[in-house]
Amino acid sequence: MQEIHIVDLRKITEIIKTKYGYDFTNYAISSFKRRILRILELYKFNSVDALAKKISDDPAFFEEFISEITVNVTEMFRDPSFWRIIRDKIIPNILLNHKKVSIWHAGCSSGEEVYSMAILLKEMGILEDSKIIATDIDDQILERARSGVYTVKNMELNEKNYVRFRGENELNKYFEVKNGLAYMDKSLVKDVSYRRHDLVKGIVFNKFDIVLCRNVMIYFNQNLQNDVLKKLHESIFKYGYLAIGSKESLIWCEIANKFIVVNNEEKIYKKIKE
Amino acid sequence: MKFPDLNNTFKAIVIGGSAGSFQGITRILAQVPEDFPLPIIMCLHRLKHVRNGFIEALAIKSIKEVIEPFDKESIKRGKVYLAPANYHLSVELGHYFSLSTEDMVNNSRPSIDITLETAAFTYKNKLIGILLSGANKDGALGMKKIKDNGGLTIVQDPAECMIDTMPVAALDITQIDYTLGIENIIQFLSEIHKLYK
Repeated sequence: MQEIHIVDLRKITEIIKTKYGYDFTNYAISSFKRRILRILELYKFNSVDALAKKISDDPAFFEEFISEITVNVTEMFRDPSFWRIIRDKIIPNILLNHKKVSIWHAGCSSGEEVYSMAILLKEMGILEDSKIIATDIDDQILERARSGVYTVKNMELNEKNYVRFRGENELNKYFEVKNGLAYMDKSLVKDVSYRRHDLVKGIVFNKFDIVLCRNVMIYFNQNLQNDVLKKLHESIFKYGYLAIGSKESLIWCEIANKFIVVNNEEKIYKKIKE
Repeated sequence: MKFPDLNNTFKAIVIGGSAGSFQGITRILAQVPEDFPLPIIMCLHRLKHVRNGFIEALAIKSIKEVIEPFDKESIKRGKVYLAPANYHLSVELGHYFSLSTEDMVNNSRPSIDITLETAAFTYKNKLIGILLSGANKDGALGMKKIKDNGGLTIVQDPAECMIDTMPVAALDITQIDYTLGIENIIQFLSEIHKLYK
């Protein structure tokens, strides 16, 4: 395997910034470097320069690049205890003051988390009264999220998580297996709005009761995390909630004082200041 | 045993282990004193979907507290870190950690290769890599990266390992400075400790 230097990464991020307006400059170096190496191998580029040229010359390839550079490993009901808290504490709390629950999945990837939320809301009997927006930087992965088709192997893991979440049914009530693939019941997400949105450059477009941005900002450096958190903060109603990954923390972020910890183990925060 | 390559310029130790390494790790941690100067970064294969319990099991014997770092947490002198369940643990150039949920590497997340490689890139010749018992080859490439960057490499003596695939894979692809039993690894760390006093 070849070695990639920081200057090589800069070359790539500069071209993308100038040509396409996406800014990867402040992505966490280690994982970004691994993704670039992966792309070099996958498409058999013999140098970073060759990759840079292809990105610059071929907008269609750039779309594929976006798809490969972003990490799309996700599960339904990842951290089942997190989902229990959302069901048992967070949503009931929101419903004390709001008739409808509005939710933003920021960085929804292939949509497993959206389905988890939809199933949770359905089992609470409030799916119809909820508004879900799911966004990602990657059009191809949004397409997969919309299609709701997953591998049977992944569904086995999802089913285990669902059991530990202590859902009302069996997870297989919500999907059908055909030709070795699991097709989710699409009526669950018929009102979900899937949109392309880049957390780095994108604008604040609405306010929500809950913003879920779990294991997304780990791919950013601390400066970028700060910037993105400001936007997430703006996108949450006062006394609304922010959920991040179980090994992420707000402690060293500039806006930490505008949130209080609701559940430290599951990393759920409540916005208390504008 | 004598360790002629030792000096007090090392900045960190990384330890990888898998099947059969738990007992060795606990024996090592039971002998690493409170004032041991270097950070010890451990990447051990563990159950992916069990967040709790592992740290507690290690803590029973460990003198120092074992920390599962948060994303972007700084690496501090003398602390003992463990890669969290279901995340890859990378060491970044500014001497802090980052986590990722990328695909499994060598069927593993956390992958030892990822932790070792990124630590090698950051610490260069100031890094000591230790690879223990294990049933797959994860960690071998990482050990090679450590050696290629001028670091010092140690594997657990295959004869002593419950499953020797992992150290043998490392011995196959790179120069290993010391092949040691757990007792001698403990002695090695104690020599390091003395050098920093």
